[in-house]
Amino acid sequence: MSSSTAVPAAPMVAVRALTQRFATAAGPVTALDGVDLTIERGRFVSLIGPSGCGKSTLLRVVGDLVTPTSGEVLVGGKTAAQARRDQDYGIAFQSAGLLEWRTVARNVELPLELHGVGRRERRARALDLLELVGLGDVAGARPSQLSGGMQQRVAIARALAESPSLLLMDEPFGALDEMTRERLQDELLRVAAAAGTTVLFVTHSIPEAVYLSDRVVVMSARPGRVAAVVDVDLPRGAGTDVREAPEFFARVTDVREALRGAPVRTGASA
Amino acid sequence: MRRLAAPAAVAVLLLAAWQALVVVGRVASYVLPSPLAIVGALREVGAPVLEAARASGTNALVGLVAGSLLALAAASLAARVRALDEVLTPLAAASGALPIVALAPIFATMFGATSSLPRRLVVTLVVFLPVFVNALRGLRQVDPVHAELMRSYAAGGWATVRAVRLPGALPHVFTGLRLAASTSVIAAVVAEYFGGLQDGLGSRITSAASNSAYPRAWAYVTAACALGLLFYAGAVALERVATPWRRVPVHR
Repeated sequence: MSSSTAVPAAPMVAVRALTQRFATAAGPVTALDGVDLTIERGRFVSLIGPSGCGKSTLLRVVGDLVTPTSGEVLVGGKTAAQARRDQDYGIAFQSAGLLEWRTVARNVELPLELHGVGRRERRARALDLLELVGLGDVAGARPSQLSGGMQQRVAIARALAESPSLLLMDEPFGALDEMTRERLQDELLRVAAAAGTTVLFVTHSIPEAVYLSDRVVVMSARPGRVAAVVDVDLPRGAGTDVREAPEFFARVTDVREALRGAPVRTGASA
Repeated sequence: MRRLAAPAAVAVLLLAAWQALVVVGRVASYVLPSPLAIVGALREVGAPVLEAARASGTNALVGLVAGSLLALAAASLAARVRALDEVLTPLAAASGALPIVALAPIFATMFGATSSLPRRLVVTLVVFLPVFVNALRGLRQVDPVHAELMRSYAAGGWATVRAVRLPGALPHVFTGLRLAASTSVIAAVVAEYFGGLQDGLGSRITSAASNSAYPRAWAYVTAACALGLLFYAGAVALERVATPWRRVPVHR
């Protein structure tokens, strides 16, 4: 299979006929049922759906944090497990998950440290990244001294530490206030575009999904299936201009109706 | 300093009330000597108090260090190897039901009445349980987000222990150590009541009491109390040095 590994033309994420069952006290639960998903390189794709639709599970399967019951998951043409070992992706969760006993800079350094990057090099990289997310001046602080929004920015810097080709984000802004959330959305778009990073983003906010994404994948309630795909063609990271544009509201309406189960008229082709 | 002011004021008030009770109530000194009488006895005895305290303090310290190291090693093993956990945890719980201090005369027979080892062994056993239980709890508790993060980094077991488990367990370990610190002094002192080498605070308390020198007995009890506080303060100081991140002001 050497011809099929790491082919440049391979999509960043290719999920085929993915099914995920969990054993629970109340019997087996089907979290995902026959999910197909393809993400081309450099795209920003959001997963949205009601609670328990398996969107977080899908993200975790792509990241090889959960092993699927059946189906195929390829990340950049490799198996998800291989992609994880090769550190092809960075990950950020709703909870920043910083190590409170490390300074902010050493939190960002953590993945580099674990993978044997030298002290001076990883410190320089961490400081660059903190600068990038606007936290250059708190490198020596402890996580508990930062606000929730700042902690989340540190987590994003940490996710970017190894220049991943794929960024997996599970409701990273879910616990933040609206103002902070919008600022971080613009920051994320800027950072991801600058690095050409592919992003898979789980959210339960319709405006957030529409604002950030090239494509919004709408999932149905349990068992999770892809109910609709809404392509969004708005200028990325244009702030208020986009957030108040009629096209923006049109796409928000499309996603909302798709969530309700109405057929979507806009292109599910590309 | 302010945190110490209130307890210090209460302590002074309690001592004053104690003094007043003994003086006004004409309480006999063999029932309860007054605080001033105890201070007087402390002055009178002088250097021997320090010598006895040094003997008991050394026993407590040796036992505390040995017991803590053993407990930490056992907890690390139990946290890594499930089968060991199933063996060690019930054994540790059973050791909590043992009257360990009462083992002192048995150890004295085993190692000889001129050895300091019996008392130190008693302290070691007494210290083991609180440190083991707390350290194991700390090592087992890993934030699920941290666990997923380490998995996403493809980090091995040992790297995870170093980066996440050990630092996360430290606050629990120090809870155990703080408990063990004052207990170690009590064990070292009380173990002497049951024979063996008689050069510490425990034997001085019993001999003063059997000579009806009650203020002197209380003077040695006071010294034991001070020694226990010193050990506790030492554990707290060590905790502050080892977990600096718990002292920073929290964002609000």
